[in-house]
Amino acid sequence: MNCPECDASLNIPDDASVGEIVSCPDCGADFEISKKDGTKVELKQAETVGEDWGE
Amino acid sequence: MSKIGIVFDRLRLEEKMLEKQAMELGHDTTMIDAKITYFNTDSQKNDFDFGDVVLERCISYFRGLHFTACLEFLGVPVINKFDVANNCGDKLIMSLLLKKNNVPTPKTYFSFSADAAKENLEKVGYPLVLKPIIGSWGRGVMPLKDKDTAEAMFELRELSDGPHDRIFYLQELVKRPPRDIRVITVGDRAISAMYRKSSGGFKTNIALGAEPELCEITKDIEDVCAKASQAVGGGILGVDLMEDEKNGLVVHEVNNTVEFKGLAKVSKRNIPKEMVEYALNSARK
Repeated sequence: MNCPECDASLNIPDDASVGEIVSCPDCGADFEISKKDGTKVELKQAETVGEDWGE
Repeated sequence: MSKIGIVFDRLRLEEKMLEKQAMELGHDTTMIDAKITYFNTDSQKNDFDFGDVVLERCISYFRGLHFTACLEFLGVPVINKFDVANNCGDKLIMSLLLKKNNVPTPKTYFSFSADAAKENLEKVGYPLVLKPIIGSWGRGVMPLKDKDTAEAMFELRELSDGPHDRIFYLQELVKRPPRDIRVITVGDRAISAMYRKSSGGFKTNIALGAEPELCEITKDIEDVCAKASQAVGGGILGVDLMEDEKNGLVVHEVNNTVEFKGLAKVSKRNIPKEMVEYALNSARK
């Protein structure tokens, strides 16, 4: 699968789950796995760090 | 066999560790993405599959807090409870509760306008540490060492003008070794602890690169953490302590959705296992 931002190749591990974040090694953009059906994976733009993020 | 729900908004290693542990203990799990779940005022518990108990693990404090309110409305047991999340999420409320329950905590000053904060600083003297009442990972925490720095910071607050920017939380700068102690408590019991050593600066947050090192849980740590946990309402918490040269151990923070992946690597205890067992036992009570 390629990065929706810069088209570089994204390495998504087979055991990755919905909700996990994958980062593009080239442009650094973060994507969230929104759907996964076998090897078919859908990505959406990950949320950026919010003021209320943390513990 | 029981079923445990894990609510998340970003699936991190911690949530995967909890899921794996629950399965290894022979329980079912359900992973719930808070971002794609919706409720309404007529919602019923049976409309959803949240399991017997939910561990609320959102990275966004307000999302997790309000999601917890919805779960409690449905009658689903949640760890941590809404009141606990609310108490821990706001540093001012947390400091008041710690003090009220005789938990040693740094002296902290509260004011509700930049002018009052300036006046207070002039009376008390520098340095004091300015902290946002909401937020984590050391964001916006700054030692105010002189008038110029204080005025610059207050001016920035006025420019950003968020609802919480009008609350000024100023804490004494505790004289301590360049480290603090993070203790994970489960049901008021300290189960694992680490030193977080500053990587050179004033802050000791792991998220900012502080070095973790296992810390032995002494009787003092155990006692002060139990009191801190009880003060905010119990559950699964991260209690942060400083070793004050003058007053011994002081609690400066109690965290609601505690991060533990670093500590889990070095701890002798199985942290996710203790969390899962506690959650299920709480639901059975």
